[in-house]
Amino acid sequence: MRLFNAVLRHPSGRIGAAIILLFLVVAALGAIGLTPHDPLKQYVIDRLKPPSGTYWFGTDLLGRDTFSRLMLGIGESFLVAFASVAAAAAAGTVIGLFAAWWGHLWDGILMRIMDVLLAFPAILLALLIVAIEGPGVATSITAIGIVYTPIFARVVRAPALALKAREFVEAARTFGSSQPYILTRHLLLNLVAPLTVQITLALAWALLTEAGLSFLGLGTQPPAPSLGVMLAESKSMMTRAPWLMVFPGLTIMLAILGFNLFGDALRDILDPRTQERPA
Amino acid sequence: MTPLLSIRDLSVGFGRDPKANEVVKGVSFDLAAGETLAIVGESGSGKSVTALSINRLVDFGGGRITGGSIALQRSDGSILDVTKADESALVRVRGSDIGMIFQEPMTSLNPVHTVGAQIEEAFRLNRGLNGAAATHAAKEALERVRIPDAAQRLKYYPHQLSGGMRQRVMIAMVIASNPRLLIADEPTTALDVTVQAQIMALLAELRSELGMSMIFITHDIGLVAGIADQIMVMQNGVAVEQGALDAVLDNPQHDYTRHLLKAVPHFNGGRAVRSDGSRVAGATPVVTVDNLVVRFPAARGVFARSAGAVHAVDGVSFDLVPGETLAIVGESGSGKSTTARAILGLVGTTRGRIDKASGRSPRPVQMVFQDPFASLNPRLNVEGLLAEPAIAAGERRDAKLRERMTFLLTRVGLPEDALTRYPHQFSGGQRQRLCIARALMLNPEVVVLDEAVSALDVSVQARVLDLLIDLQREFGLAYLFISHDMAVVERIAHRIAVMYAGQLVEIGAAASVLSDPQHSYTKRLIAAVPAIERRKQVFMVDGTQVPSLVRPNGYEPPTAQWRDAGPDHRVRLETI
Repeated sequence: MRLFNAVLRHPSGRIGAAIILLFLVVAALGAIGLTPHDPLKQYVIDRLKPPSGTYWFGTDLLGRDTFSRLMLGIGESFLVAFASVAAAAAAGTVIGLFAAWWGHLWDGILMRIMDVLLAFPAILLALLIVAIEGPGVATSITAIGIVYTPIFARVVRAPALALKAREFVEAARTFGSSQPYILTRHLLLNLVAPLTVQITLALAWALLTEAGLSFLGLGTQPPAPSLGVMLAESKSMMTRAPWLMVFPGLTIMLAILGFNLFGDALRDILDPRTQERPA
Repeated sequence: MTPLLSIRDLSVGFGRDPKANEVVKGVSFDLAAGETLAIVGESGSGKSVTALSINRLVDFGGGRITGGSIALQRSDGSILDVTKADESALVRVRGSDIGMIFQEPMTSLNPVHTVGAQIEEAFRLNRGLNGAAATHAAKEALERVRIPDAAQRLKYYPHQLSGGMRQRVMIAMVIASNPRLLIADEPTTALDVTVQAQIMALLAELRSELGMSMIFITHDIGLVAGIADQIMVMQNGVAVEQGALDAVLDNPQHDYTRHLLKAVPHFNGGRAVRSDGSRVAGATPVVTVDNLVVRFPAARGVFARSAGAVHAVDGVSFDLVPGETLAIVGESGSGKSTTARAILGLVGTTRGRIDKASGRSPRPVQMVFQDPFASLNPRLNVEGLLAEPAIAAGERRDAKLRERMTFLLTRVGLPEDALTRYPHQFSGGQRQRLCIARALMLNPEVVVLDEAVSALDVSVQARVLDLLIDLQREFGLAYLFISHDMAVVERIAHRIAVMYAGQLVEIGAAASVLSDPQHSYTKRLIAAVPAIERRKQVFMVDGTQVPSLVRPNGYEPPTAQWRDAGPDHRVRLETI
């Protein structure tokens, strides 16, 4: 609750939170079917109509309402982003914690694997997974999840190493506290702040990566809309129907801006260096 | 004659509204050329902020001078009001008129440059010396601060020098600019007593050699006696008492000064040791340490070839009976903390036996650490912190456990409602009480106190010591009290073990060891304790270094020979 108020007091936190909230509401409405038109229905006589009172963001080549499709697309893209970041954060945290805690050989092995993964572009990995599993939402989530895991492993490992050497961890050992207890209570609990910030920022990148994968046809498959799919469909009609490209493009931009502003605000709030010390 | 420095009604504030958050409220003093002023106070009294305002370094810490004036007489005779000077003038003042040394020499020196390069830089910037001239000047500066083999040491990096050597290097850098005023902010707090005595002697000699004025900031009123002409006692940003040294120390007017003088643990040479709870002959020891050896491998080079071992603890034996305090004293690196850690199983032992009585507690030995800020997890509330040892021992977090928590909290003098609060809501002394309560959760037989009161202000320190003594009687605890502070040790210890370079050199009843030290190192340690009574005593500067503890593989030290120096007082024979 205190954190929530602090975000609202932070100027860029306020804007970021408002944008994210708006998108979540729109995505939720889309998911329960409250769209102005059926996003998949083809209004054949209204093909390629520019934005108007009836079709707010215009229609595409098949006569589908862009706004309704966008509502669904936001939901689709957010689903992939949230799911992949959740997977990456969980896996990365566990790997980073164990690397820091066991140290030595395990640290070397785990972190070198992470380095190799970090060198992989998401697109390349997605191609590999597509080759095995076929394209789809699950492919996007897996690919983005794997590619973002090393980022979390690194974000967790460095402060965990520092925490491991702190006296309160040493004190815990003198009580005979179990390893799981030390790892969760003493290490993980103190890592909540950097993790929260990293998750918010990773969401922004994941959104962009998802759009890229779908654009290339590796992620969400048409006719289901996602932001990337919509961009891909619009590219051949860029000059005839620019609204098809402008609105999904703006949506992606705004969403990433929202997450970044929100993440910046969280970083400012949670960073002990920027916190005012109690007198 | 105009004074070198004249401060009138100085006020300094912090934060967005400096006027409302003043930490220095109207301080005034004059300092004549060649004089030394000691500013004494506990943490948060504004003593450091006052000093940092004189060269306006306080600006970089977010401070703002909100009122008053600081008139500094420069070397050309002109008077500069530091509070109104612009940054370019201040840079010149900091470089040439005011030198400053800080508490922690390691953080003040750049770790990636040799000390020679850093001293040369000071000469280049302040005196315009270059090349061989700068190197020569740097060597002279090191000789001036009494560093042996100065030419060799120039090539050393800061981490290759001991704490005392590093502080000497800092002093060498500062005097490179030949300052008219030297500000020393707790310059010896991070150092061992014997080294502290050396640095104090050095500062006194340099002051008379160079005719500098000095502002000496410290929390230890016992330390200023030998060096200051004037003394200013600060509390909560106000100078509560100022005047000539002898007048203030012998006839303090303000309550707070009297309180400080009383709270400072006086070292009485063994006459003030505890008379209660002395050792019962034939009692079963709770901890027996027999010929303990702890070595760490020392590797060198790219392929980490073993280049010998650090003999951190070498053949230490002692025992501890219920209800007694054994103090282990020695300098940093003497192996006293490693001994404690080995008893708790935090470091592996190379050889030797540690027997712990398995009586009333699943974990008979508990520990309280030095830094109460680092030894409590900031994200857990007090209930979570206190519950941890019990949970680790397999207990459940139930009403019975809560009852024990509140009992211990009130017992160590904390309010009962503290359970839901977090560590940052407590002061340093309260946090240390919290750590003590946590150590007692499992009803241990032995508590290891590793410099447990060293980080506390003197008045807090005295109260925590009293608490420890009360708890010892009440719970029948045995303490292993590790400290470098002889005055504190004298108040709490029944027996004292002196460690030097990983070895035990003297052990015995506190009164006997402190009043009649036998080993040359013990004598040196006791002679170095600062005391108000001994303020006229002059220390000689010597350059003795602690011997290196790195030994080649397979090296075994000769078997120790001991002699008795009295009932319960044994001394290791010194090999020449």
